[in-house]
Amino acid sequence: MLLEAYFSSLNPLALFRAMPGSIAQGLIWGLLALGVYITYKLLDFADLSVDGSFATGGAVAVMLIRTNMNPWLALLLAFGAGVLAGLVTGLLNTKLGIPPILAGILTQIALYSINLNIMGQSNQAVSVDKYNLTVSLRYVSGDTAAKIKVFTTCILFCVVMVIVLYWFFGTEQGHAIRATGCNPQMARAQGINTDFCKVLALMLSNGLVGLSGGLYAQYQGAADVNMGRGAIVIGLASVIIGEVLFGKLCERRKHAFADTLFAVIFGSILYYLVLSVILWLKFPSDDLKLFSAIVVAIFLAIPYLKNKKKATGGR
Amino acid sequence: MGEMLKIENIRKVFNAGTINEKVALDGVNLTLEEGEFVTVIGGNGAGKSTTLNAVAGVWPVDSGRIFIGGDDVTKLSEHKRAKYLGRVFQDPMTGTATTMSIEENMAIAARRGKSRGLSWGITKGEREKYREMLKTLDLGLEDRLTSKVGLLSGGQRQAITLLMASIEKPKLLLLDEHTAALDPKTAAKVLEISDKIISENHLTAMMVTHNMKDAIAHGNRLIMMHEGKVILNIAGEEKKKLTVSDLLAQFERVSGEEFASDKALLS
Repeated sequence: MLLEAYFSSLNPLALFRAMPGSIAQGLIWGLLALGVYITYKLLDFADLSVDGSFATGGAVAVMLIRTNMNPWLALLLAFGAGVLAGLVTGLLNTKLGIPPILAGILTQIALYSINLNIMGQSNQAVSVDKYNLTVSLRYVSGDTAAKIKVFTTCILFCVVMVIVLYWFFGTEQGHAIRATGCNPQMARAQGINTDFCKVLALMLSNGLVGLSGGLYAQYQGAADVNMGRGAIVIGLASVIIGEVLFGKLCERRKHAFADTLFAVIFGSILYYLVLSVILWLKFPSDDLKLFSAIVVAIFLAIPYLKNKKKATGGR
Repeated sequence: MGEMLKIENIRKVFNAGTINEKVALDGVNLTLEEGEFVTVIGGNGAGKSTTLNAVAGVWPVDSGRIFIGGDDVTKLSEHKRAKYLGRVFQDPMTGTATTMSIEENMAIAARRGKSRGLSWGITKGEREKYREMLKTLDLGLEDRLTSKVGLLSGGQRQAITLLMASIEKPKLLLLDEHTAALDPKTAAKVLEISDKIISENHLTAMMVTHNMKDAIAHGNRLIMMHEGKVILNIAGEEKKKLTVSDLLAQFERVSGEEFASDKALLS
């Protein structure tokens, strides 16, 4: 009886209506996921500064837009703020010898205060009615022109960033970063300054995270000092979902690296779609972070358990 | 002919001031002329690999000086010294980036000692050059330019690492027991390739080995190390006539003790 009442209370249309919003969010967080991919997969550096630099990007973008700055320019500066955050983590690690995870946590904690200082309080709104925002939740539920605007903007950002990253990691400097992440000893033996490469990759990564934060703050109409909490987990989830679902498919393709980056963005979209289904199922929203952690744990465990099974001959 | 390598009285102590203190290099002196190919033998902990690492700048030495091709490199960091050196390591995993393709690995090596900018990491012309180079290995790798190095066997990786070390002619080639992790047949093949690359490019080289026969059969000079010092130096005609039993007798005479390492006696 209870079950019946539960199912009859679910509205399929509501789920359908939630989808566009989830896709837009997935695209915006996809930029963060690209940043996480650079550090976690290419550099082999678990960078936790992301939680801080995401909010920094949001805070910088919102505060600048509130001074009537062009939102596109504000996004560029949000990217720059993220780059600076990455620089700090990189220097803590390479110049002061602080282990990667700790270096990231220190930056993240420091950014909490910095973000409060940027905003002057714990959150700041930026109204879509007052400013010509690049993206907004309002556009998603608005008329067709608004819908087209928000989705083309999001997709444009993702495609441009994938192209830029595909180009960059195909250059001499990009190769050097990949070698640094894969085998630092080999990299140094080939004359690569591994410290410089690490710092550069962290700057690029956090720049993308800052950009993602700047877009997301506009999307939800406010920057909040806590908006980045758990961002690293969502980023990791996207990277891993993309890899587990599309990894094999991408390998065989001509531009495998570009496809892998697109897979990461798809991972992010899927994450938000699943999230919207779970919310639609009336899963308590307080438990969403718990759910995120479980999803990431499961997807991280899959490759490990698969290998283990192979190693023991299927037993 | 000039001096390619000059090591002046270098010392290195690991874990100084602790109960694990170990004098790894205790005043090593060595000069290599251009074109010399020296094999380095000695028991475990004699300082063979440590000497190579000191030359490569893996860590700074405590005292002494190192010159490569006349330049004082003592204070240079590892990546800055790389332009002088080609290096192949004991572990086949160490010399290559496994998640990158064969051609990408070679392209990285071709840019050793040059500044890396935003031009393409590999060009079409390079690809053809690498294909030709790989052909000379006779391992069928010329058709696998875009294969990930992680898919290759240990012997194939060492062969590629050797090519990488010689793409840009180094002032000095450092081979650190680079066949120790391979099966005998593969080890022989890799040694053959090493000889070929060294003679064709007229390289100056140092090869550390545990295998006395290899040390005698390869190169034109042999040094033996013991407790962080060079204790024996044999070159020219004298080296050509050398046998394993000579070497053991020499070792006992110089060091005043029996050669303890079983590994050095094997094969």
